[in-house]
Amino acid sequence: MSDTTAPQTSAAPVDVPSAVRVMLDQMGANIATWLDSCLHCGQCAQACHFHEVSRDPRHSPAYKLKPLVKAYKRHKSPFAKLRTTLGFPAQDVTADDLREWQELIYDTCTMCGRCTVVCPMGIDTASLVGLTRTAMVAAGLGPPDLLATADRSAEVGSPLGMTPDTLEDRIEWLADDYEVDIPLDKDKARVLLTVSSIEAMKYPQSIVAMARILNHAGEDWTFSTKGYEATNFGMLSGKSDVAAKMLGRIVNAAESVGAELVIIPECGHAYGALRWTGAKILGRALPFAVQHITEYLADAKAAGKLKLKPFAESITYHDPCQVSRRGGATQAPRDILAGFAQDFREMAPTGNANWCCGGGGGVAAIESATDLRLKVFGIKMDQVAETGADTMVSACANCRQSLDAGKEHFGWDKDIASLVEIVADHLDE
Amino acid sequence: MNDANQSGHAIPWFTDFAEGPLWYVAATVFVFGVLWRIVGLLALGRGEDKSVPKQSGMAGGIKAILLHSVPHGGFFTHTAFHVIAGYMFHIGLFALLFFAAPHVDFLRERVLGFGWTPLPDWAFIVAAQISFAGLILLWVRRVADPVIRRLKDAHDYIGSGLTFLVMLTGCFALQESRPVLAGIHMFTVDIWLIYFPFSRLMHAFTFLFSRYYTGAFYGRRGVTP
Ligand code: SF4
Ligand code: SF4
Repeated sequence: MSDTTAPQTSAAPVDVPSAVRVMLDQMGANIATWLDSCLHCGQCAQACHFHEVSRDPRHSPAYKLKPLVKAYKRHKSPFAKLRTTLGFPAQDVTADDLREWQELIYDTCTMCGRCTVVCPMGIDTASLVGLTRTAMVAAGLGPPDLLATADRSAEVGSPLGMTPDTLEDRIEWLADDYEVDIPLDKDKARVLLTVSSIEAMKYPQSIVAMARILNHAGEDWTFSTKGYEATNFGMLSGKSDVAAKMLGRIVNAAESVGAELVIIPECGHAYGALRWTGAKILGRALPFAVQHITEYLADAKAAGKLKLKPFAESITYHDPCQVSRRGGATQAPRDILAGFAQDFREMAPTGNANWCCGGGGGVAAIESATDLRLKVFGIKMDQVAETGADTMVSACANCRQSLDAGKEHFGWDKDIASLVEIVADHLDE
Repeated sequence: MNDANQSGHAIPWFTDFAEGPLWYVAATVFVFGVLWRIVGLLALGRGEDKSVPKQSGMAGGIKAILLHSVPHGGFFTHTAFHVIAGYMFHIGLFALLFFAAPHVDFLRERVLGFGWTPLPDWAFIVAAQISFAGLILLWVRRVADPVIRRLKDAHDYIGSGLTFLVMLTGCFALQESRPVLAGIHMFTVDIWLIYFPFSRLMHAFTFLFSRYYTGAFYGRRGVTP
């Protein structure tokens, strides 16, 4: 891993040509048009949680796009060749640019997509930052801790070191302790359930909760040791090879059990990675449907397969950006809560305009981003306080871990919980 | 303007030049430059998205074009200054551009071959004032806002500065007894048109595509951000 720990010092070599090549290779009409269109109006800064807490103009979304804009203007803009021929080419990306922007591209963007809502040109900064991350990796840059996490997931199967054996042990232990049937490596199943290692290692009861619910709904399902890890740190870090490897494992597992449906657990980016970018990475349509666990629950509830006892405490729902705004499963958790949660209170703003937890996009795994991330949690505390709710539920283990870290740091007195676990605790059996 | 030319006033060579050869050059650069830039962008193409859409991407694209024309998502309280100034400037500008009497005449005689009812004089003056006020407010923000100061480059000032000059000379040109003023206005318009395709003024066209692509991306996911 020496190649991933070396950068960050200003003396480290930076492979600018490779970075630019990676940028240009992905610069289709949509990307180029976005890069062409920014008005420098600065409104996006009002939407970004990092700018909101730091008030640092460098944290404004449009500013984060500078290296990519430079590459576009120099090499790809419709007038790039004309300018070069006439002898006044646009400035190219430099090693210093990439070094300076590493922090902006990784520590201060969770790829939450909120800035796109306010942008008059609708520029999709989240996608552009994701693209820039792949270029950073090609340059030999990137936060060592995040890159190491990605490499670990490629090597052992999971970012938190959960090997197939560990998974097997955990499942055995959980099935025994909680007296629940957790099928593993069934030959055939309609549904392949995947897991986020954050859940498996930090919130193992969430696995029990999912198993209970699927069993309650009478589902034919299984976990598979061939492909279980839903998180994709390859995608978050910009390591495209790791992203493809992680995805390939799930596809392989799903195909070998003949799954019609792959369920993504409470994890936001894992949903986006498989549901929305899986086919692109794989190069063909996915041979199965993909649902976030909340979508599955909402459907099961609508089909009358989920009998729930009412939940009385006051709760509010934190929309994970990659599930709601960037995933499109905004309504599902609300459908689950309707009629079930007796005192559900929406935050303001909410749904597709909700504030990010501050730890998405791999930022939770970047040590140097900790201070800023904790400040962002302040926004969430204020939002929840305004609702007066006692519990904030979410449907993303990554959000949950970031929120828990904030709660611990500030000694916050509200509860943070998982929607799936609450549902599992209220099954009417 | 052309009327003045034909009705035998003593027109300086400058006005002839601005309304004649330079206008043809400017109009050509504008049309071909704009087309080149748009076609150049679109020709880059997008790979086919093989994910199973929740909703139509095209419908999402069209929705985004409309939705991003108005404040939404609860941000208005934070962006009110910019949004209001922006609306003032753009609405005023459009009214002047397409409904000022000399422009309607010009478009009928030199470009389109047909015209429409122009604004009465008082409405012209109101539109001009609103537009100037909007542009000045946007400038104030450009200078005062730390984010914009960080983002800015020379083109932000060249583009808005040229637009300001075009509007200003346009107001002077209303004194039809002084054809040279019409010539000066026409000259600034020509420069503005030549500069347009190479500048951020292009947002007048690219906003459609930029919003569409985002709307299509999100629309497939069942979201219109
Ligand atoms: S995607 Fe989110 S975190 Fe990134 S710049 Fe936009 S608002 Fe900020
Ligand atoms: S809101 Fe959009 S157009 Fe305005 S500065 Fe930000 S990215 Fe550029």
